[in-house]
Amino acid sequence: MDVAALTFLALALPFVGALVAPLLTRLLGHNAAWVLALFPAAIVLHFARFWPDVAKGEVVTGGYAWIPSFNVSFSWLIDGLSLTFVLLIAGIGMLIVLYSGGYLKGHPQQGRFFSFILMFMGSMLGLVVSDSFLMLFVFWELTSITSFLLIGFDHSREAARRAALQALIVTGGGGLFLLAGLLIIWNVSGVTQLSLLMAFGTEMRESPFYLAALILVLGGAFTKSAQFPFHFWLPNAMEAPTPVSAYLHSATMVKAGVYLLMRLNPVLGGTPEWQILLPLFGGATLVIGAALACRQTDLKLMLAYTTMASLGLLVMLTGLGFPHAIEAAALYLVAHSLFKGALFMVAGIVDHETGARDVTRLGGLRSAMPLTFVIALAAAFSMGGLFPFFGFIAKEEIYYALSGFDRRSVVFAAIAILGNALMFAVAFAVALKPFIGAKVETPKAAHEAPVLLWLGPALLAAKGLSAALLSGLTHELVSTPMASAISGEPRAVTMSVVPHVGVPLAMSTATALIGIVFYLKLDRLRGFIAAILADIGWGPDRGFDQLIRGLVRFSVGLTRRLQSGRLDVYMTATFILVAFVLLVVPLTYGELPRAPFFAPDVPLHELAIMAIAVIGLVAVVLAPDRLTAIVSLGIQGFAVAVIFLLYGAPDLAFTQFMIETLSVVVLALVMTRLRLSPSDHRPLAQKVPDFAIALACGLGFGLMLLKTTGVPFDATLTEFFNLYSKSIAHGANVVNVIIVDFRGTDTLGEIAVVMVTGLAILSLVRLRAGSLRRIADNDPDAEERA
Amino acid sequence: MKSVIFRAVAPFLTSLMVLFSIFVLLRGHNEPGGGFIGGLIAVSALAIYGIACGVETVRRAIYFHPMAIAGAGLFAATVAGLISIAARVPFMTGLWIYPSVLGLEVPLSTVMLFDCGVYLVVVGAISSIALSLEERGGE
Repeated sequence: MDVAALTFLALALPFVGALVAPLLTRLLGHNAAWVLALFPAAIVLHFARFWPDVAKGEVVTGGYAWIPSFNVSFSWLIDGLSLTFVLLIAGIGMLIVLYSGGYLKGHPQQGRFFSFILMFMGSMLGLVVSDSFLMLFVFWELTSITSFLLIGFDHSREAARRAALQALIVTGGGGLFLLAGLLIIWNVSGVTQLSLLMAFGTEMRESPFYLAALILVLGGAFTKSAQFPFHFWLPNAMEAPTPVSAYLHSATMVKAGVYLLMRLNPVLGGTPEWQILLPLFGGATLVIGAALACRQTDLKLMLAYTTMASLGLLVMLTGLGFPHAIEAAALYLVAHSLFKGALFMVAGIVDHETGARDVTRLGGLRSAMPLTFVIALAAAFSMGGLFPFFGFIAKEEIYYALSGFDRRSVVFAAIAILGNALMFAVAFAVALKPFIGAKVETPKAAHEAPVLLWLGPALLAAKGLSAALLSGLTHELVSTPMASAISGEPRAVTMSVVPHVGVPLAMSTATALIGIVFYLKLDRLRGFIAAILADIGWGPDRGFDQLIRGLVRFSVGLTRRLQSGRLDVYMTATFILVAFVLLVVPLTYGELPRAPFFAPDVPLHELAIMAIAVIGLVAVVLAPDRLTAIVSLGIQGFAVAVIFLLYGAPDLAFTQFMIETLSVVVLALVMTRLRLSPSDHRPLAQKVPDFAIALACGLGFGLMLLKTTGVPFDATLTEFFNLYSKSIAHGANVVNVIIVDFRGTDTLGEIAVVMVTGLAILSLVRLRAGSLRRIADNDPDAEERA
Repeated sequence: MKSVIFRAVAPFLTSLMVLFSIFVLLRGHNEPGGGFIGGLIAVSALAIYGIACGVETVRRAIYFHPMAIAGAGLFAATVAGLISIAARVPFMTGLWIYPSVLGLEVPLSTVMLFDCGVYLVVVGAISSIALSLEERGGE
């Protein structure tokens, strides 16, 4: 097979894995993880083949036509940026699959979990390799949907359901912003592929729509990457099982927004708007996230808020526009994926093996879990930016980029040092506090984790060390191609692990020292931040609830106003509108028909049939009870059917006969169900307006029919059907041939409607009065009262 | 329904009407008729049977749930369209074959399958409404 077909296969592979996962888990239990990990492993192997070319700075594109008429293709773009992401997603994904094998061992829905994780992996892979805009958007929303499934995995808990819905609304809604932004970019540039868009940077930046496109794209990226003030869904997403938090909410999905910004940097970046908005939001997110992390005591929540802070740092670096800021962002992104994934899994191990994850209720675990302790320390060293881990190189590069002496550099350097110092403190609070000190009694007796659990974090932590020690190779294979792809021009990353005396090292040292102070004073810091938060007393999380509650209240109010629940009100409204359209529109535009023309010699039998129709109508109006009225309506219908028959439309007549029969039967049955009084007791005050509306509708329809039949008849279609019905559709009955052949797709739609209508009526009929759910059931006020 | 005559006649009447509905369905391509009309005739037949002998009897007689019949019809109609795609012509293009059964050439087509689908949808959807109304109406 050629490379394109194999790449397509590799992109489809996670979804195949998702299909077989439940079955495999039923057969092999939690050991299915070993088999399922082969899927991401195969993806890593496939994409590794692009490595030599991409390292040389080449861009590999390929794909298939998808909707050629709209110039939409299923195509991929593999360069330094997307390849790094692919390897992170599939590589960490493989470790996460193994880890969840151990973490959810014996869980009755473990197969489903594997399935969701693999589906998410496939969506994320598709997102980062997408070349076409539409494909990017589709996979973007798919990651939102799969993340919804994963966060709400433990769906019996209300908190999990709320968090899942919140994440879906925030990130899925952001996806719509992204779609709008992409459509603007498409309109301005005229291309639908990212690889072609790179040549349109100048046009984009000079377009009057630039700001609109930028804000919409940022709306998508900021919601996905949990930038302040859209960050609140990320800590709530910690309701998901820990493998999900480690994978989606630290290493991969939340980076999708950063990925998008990096991808569009050569096109949208470099403008004053870009360099103001990104550092502003990123910097705010960094400081707020890091401060909120110190406020928490739950291991996962602490890590979640530092993730938010790290994402802020990445957005800030992407937007700054300083030389080396892009390189720093590339390095930090890789370093963060490695250490945060490992730390989350460590937090999961601690939770799994001790039954507790509150940092104030853990201590002295080092003797029971020595291996976990070593892994945690290695990851925390990287997170703290300490020698000789990869985080150190990233931090050196960050400070190198920020070591200018202009005002802007100094401000952002201060922000970075403050944020990093806070994160330093949290890193060691997570990785050190539970393991040292006196042993604290935990719900479960602590012991070392099984291999499935420690393998993943151990490999990630080791990777964080080896990537730093072999920094030359790392830069050649990953950092340099990635930085070049983000900046849109060749950039070489050379930062080595060996410390150089200089401003960056001084800033690093300062960060570590301040971090140590924060760590030692963490309890006081926590109280301080908690007090500030209590003073503010409101946050975006509360705001989200208020928004949703307000939305529900608004729709309930609107529904109450529009839907009275009384059939006669609906009917009156509908018919008044019909009469209005039929009468007022022709009157305003002077489109009344000419007086009808009567043939002088209408045969007697036709007159008789028309008389029957009129008699039927009169009978309906004068009928003493409802049943007689229904049957009389049938008389009128049959008379009309006979007229159809006389004028050469046997199919129509035939159908009309059957419809009349059935409607009489069905109406009669409905009448018996409704238990109405047998006759009509409307007061005169209601009868008169009803009569007027009926008369107006009838008059309107009559006028419309006269008008339409007065228009000269265009026989093109009739001739076409008559000519071709027999010759190409092999049928003499033109009506039937039109229904089932010429316009078969219409009929398919119609019978689908018939079926759905049937289902709807069936469920309405089955509703018993007692089980009728009223609108009030969805009323938030009613819930509050209850 | 109390009338003994009606109850005695209803099964025969219904069988005849269902037979007639199938006849109308099949002749539809060249003479007045077709899936929609045929389906309506069959529904009337079932409605009469239900009024005469009770809904339970009808449900037993048609064996499948009416909505399942409608679903099968929609499925058949869709398949009739999809066959064209498999034959690499646009969706819903009519395809004809003329196999010889006992020396008699029988024209078969995706169009006919489609019309049968229409028939089943109409029978299923409308009879399910009529039957459920009859069922609860007497309560």
